[in-house]
Amino acid sequence: MNNWFMLTVVGKDRPGIVAHVTTALYEGGCNLGEASMMRLGGNFTIMLMVSYKGSASALQEMIESVTSSLDLHAHIDRIEGELHHHIDPDVRITVFGADRAGIVAKVTSALTEAGLNILNLESDVGGSEARPIYIMHIEGCATEGIGPLQSALDVVTLEGVEAKLVPVETLMG
Amino acid sequence: MPVLDILVYPDERLKQIARPVESFNRELEDFIADLEITMHAGPACVGLAATQVGYPQRIAIVDVSVKTSIKNHGRIILINPEITAREGEAVGREGCMSVPDYTGNVIRAERITLETLDVSGNRKLYKLEGFEARAVQHEIDHLDGMLFLDRLVSRRNDLFRRKTYK
Repeated sequence: MNNWFMLTVVGKDRPGIVAHVTTALYEGGCNLGEASMMRLGGNFTIMLMVSYKGSASALQEMIESVTSSLDLHAHIDRIEGELHHHIDPDVRITVFGADRAGIVAKVTSALTEAGLNILNLESDVGGSEARPIYIMHIEGCATEGIGPLQSALDVVTLEGVEAKLVPVETLMG
Repeated sequence: MPVLDILVYPDERLKQIARPVESFNRELEDFIADLEITMHAGPACVGLAATQVGYPQRIAIVDVSVKTSIKNHGRIILINPEITAREGEAVGREGCMSVPDYTGNVIRAERITLETLDVSGNRKLYKLEGFEARAVQHEIDHLDGMLFLDRLVSRRNDLFRRKTYK
């Protein structure tokens, strides 16, 4: 019986990281589950569900040669692998504005209080070095309806960020 | 009248191109009744194409009226449907009875003109928009052997996609 692990990998971005890491896992007898992999500010980051019959330390050993040759830092946690139970978001929120400390904390605190459960959050810093802008996309579930979330955003936008909320109506056909 | 079995990806029959309907008879009426019962049996299902139940003819049903806040025409029967005009585009989230436990973002025309036949073979014309237009495009894709998986766009870049000017 296989166990599920969450493998986190971080390192300076270069071509081939995904191919090398996943090949080592495949050759070591692992199966992969869901993953999020992306470049963040020049670093490449992997969060990867791995199903494996052995222990966390055996898994660490399996990818050791790849991570050391590519100068990657890996971390492994034993997890519950809950596949086939996706939750569909019912709201999408975009926030953007001149970058400054505290945007994420303020916006997400207000939204949490208004009933938002975040399923997915992605953010980027764009603009120029002199005038950076912060852009954040959130998809989530409005557990108390759209109204309270819109009110929360109306308050947040008074502080100078722009926020847009769009209900997500998933079509099932 | 039975609830029909729904084919699930990667069943190859979902890739068949459905044939036009030629006979408007009792058999067609009965099939459409079964298709409608099957559609309503699916949780929150707003459309179903004959291809999804392994009957490769150009037949589908769309009914988004359960979404009470959305502009709609009630139940629309699609037989040999054609989209004769498309306008605008919008990103929206779709799932499918034939693709369990996955939803994703798809770009569709915002407004369409639909020409179709009804169960007696009479020509019908609809101007549709938004969610209802999306449902019709999703179902007609099934008749052409396509799933929403064929049209997925990245969730990271869908909102700030660069416009292409021609």
